[in-house]
Amino acid sequence: MTPRATFPHKFLPYLLVAPQLAITLVFFYWPASQAVRQSLFREDPFGLRSTFVGLANFKHVLSQPNYINSLEVTVIFSVSTALISMAAALLLAVMAEKVIIGRGFYRTLMIWPYAVAPAIAGMLWLFMFNPSFGSLAYPLRWLGIDWDPLLDSKQAMVLLIAAASWKQVSYNFLFFVAGLQSIPKSLLEAASIDGAGETRRFWTITFPLLAPTSFFLLVVNTVYALFDTFGIIDAVTGGGPGRATETLVYKVYKDGFVNLILGDSAAESVILMAIVIGLTAIQFRYIERKVHYG
Amino acid sequence: MATISLHDVKKSYGRTEVIHGIDLDVTDGEFIVIVGPSGCGKSTLLRMVAGLEAISAGTIEIGGRVVNDLEPRERDIAMVFQNYALYPHMSVYDNMAYGLKIAGLSKPAIRERVDAAARMLELEPYLGRKPKALSGGQRQRVAMGRALVRQPAAFLFDEPLSNLDAKLRVQMRLEIKSMQRNVETTSLYVTHDQVEAMTLADRLVVMNAGHAEQIDTPLNVYRTPATTFVAGFIGSPAMNLMPATVAANGKGLELDGGGTVKPRDTVLPENGRKVFLGVRPEHLSPVDEFNADLKLAVRAVETLGADTLAHGRLADGGATGSEMVVRLPGTSAVKPDEVLPLAIEPGTAHLFDRENGKRMEA
Ligand SMILES: Nc1ncnc2c1ncn2[C@@H]1O[C@H](COP(=O)(O)OP(=O)(O)OP(=O)(O)O)[C@@H](O)[C@H]1O
Ligand SMILES: [Mg+2]
Repeated sequence: MTPRATFPHKFLPYLLVAPQLAITLVFFYWPASQAVRQSLFREDPFGLRSTFVGLANFKHVLSQPNYINSLEVTVIFSVSTALISMAAALLLAVMAEKVIIGRGFYRTLMIWPYAVAPAIAGMLWLFMFNPSFGSLAYPLRWLGIDWDPLLDSKQAMVLLIAAASWKQVSYNFLFFVAGLQSIPKSLLEAASIDGAGETRRFWTITFPLLAPTSFFLLVVNTVYALFDTFGIIDAVTGGGPGRATETLVYKVYKDGFVNLILGDSAAESVILMAIVIGLTAIQFRYIERKVHYG
Repeated sequence: MATISLHDVKKSYGRTEVIHGIDLDVTDGEFIVIVGPSGCGKSTLLRMVAGLEAISAGTIEIGGRVVNDLEPRERDIAMVFQNYALYPHMSVYDNMAYGLKIAGLSKPAIRERVDAAARMLELEPYLGRKPKALSGGQRQRVAMGRALVRQPAAFLFDEPLSNLDAKLRVQMRLEIKSMQRNVETTSLYVTHDQVEAMTLADRLVVMNAGHAEQIDTPLNVYRTPATTFVAGFIGSPAMNLMPATVAANGKGLELDGGGTVKPRDTVLPENGRKVFLGVRPEHLSPVDEFNADLKLAVRAVETLGADTLAHGRLADGGATGSEMVVRLPGTSAVKPDEVLPLAIEPGTAHLFDRENGKRMEA
């Protein structure tokens, strides 16, 4: 046990955390509790009355093939986005370490995509890969790929994953650069004297020592892929073609705000919440154990 | 096991040269200690031998093979770092086994070597632990074990004991020496601690500002320091260096700080030559006034138990006389403000050229 900090004032500590507490209450607990409440009711078509229906909304949602599809889409999309953006960021961070002239310049450039709003990032990719006028669609076609993400669901998913990963690479890059810098140089020198080549040094020394950083990023990227990619999905595919890129969070939005099935939407968001809480708990319980904090 | 030879080795960072051409031939199994003040380039020199720094000019050979362009792993050396550089995510066993696994030894062979090293360094109870759960001395031993199991052509040590407390340092010093005697592996050892340097070395390299001032056995370095720098650096308290001029008609040396001396059994150069007279504190002894070579106006006395150190100035020079220290027996009853008549033991005076600081031999 670490010794507890004690404060002479009874009141001041509460005052200091009050703003953060207020924000969490207003923007998380209150909507969350609303969602939980709403998931137990069913609204009439005119939104005048709501009836308590117990878990009927959940039953209904989980029996829909669309929902199972959305679950699959989410798994594919989130896992790919988190892995690709982390792997790309790590590769770039390792490369940036080796740059000697203009290292600061490269690092600054690498961080820029993070400042782009999700919807704008989405539009950017949409334009670049638009089948009729996209500047990068043309070379793809030239390579013999029948490129049309507006019709081909696999291609739509690829485009979406690329856009979502691209946007997150900056953030991951920043943390990996910091992580790399915190590894004492003498460890790598000792390893190279012990006979390890560059690749082996990376996998046996650098990579394990980056584990705390990677673990943190895994949690953050999972949450990002599950929630924060809404803007990109909305801009790039709108969940289409068909329902090929309709993730859970996008389905919540569509059922609630487009189709106006509030009960189902609320039930879906409660399930989503449970999934995230569960995932994070699992990550902390099982993965963090293997992480070595130096 | 191998010889190491450095030929006119230089190192520059950009336009600043920090190592100005070092020549050194290390014979097989020899223990060489590189000693010098902070920033003189000891670590840089060692890291060039290890292959962690590029060599700007000159050649380095290990076992008769020029290694200038070889990677550290191709040089067949092992190094012990000042901060130990143990892999924090591996157990003690894995730390020691790391290099052997890479070398492709079989599992039983690795276990045999690690166990032997662990036995020798008394690390057996800790093989399963992570470095974090070890004391400084134990970590130091693991670092040595990691070097030992590799059975390399040469060991390189960069101030391996400087993070330990005084008592442990003495103990580890003895262990390093006996370990090296056992395995007879050529070793280069960097330190700024002169006791470590004197006790460990077969030969010493005394470095100053990127130059090797003297390369010789510890005793020769102590007895015949090649320059005023070496004279002042090796020996504690440092040798007294007094500016002087060779006087006419055989009167000996005229001290700039006042008075004249005629050291016995010392051949003086020609008249008028400006020199430094060097006398170690332990080579001065109190005598009666009539036989005195020098007189010390004592200002402060330090009692160390076995010895007593008397600090002061040459009495003949008044307030501007040369500063001087004398090592007296612990039984001495000397007090501040006394004037102490002293004699220089015959043959122990050193003369250095005042122009270039080099030792003057008759
Ligand atoms: N990367 C570098 N760029 C420029 N100068 C450097 C660099 N590394 C070392 N130096 C300089 O080279 C000189 C020798 O450094 P080195 O580390 O070898 O000293 P040292 O003798 O090991 O000192 P210490 O006892 O403090 O460890 C120093 O003057 C230092 O400022
Ligand atoms: Mg050093």
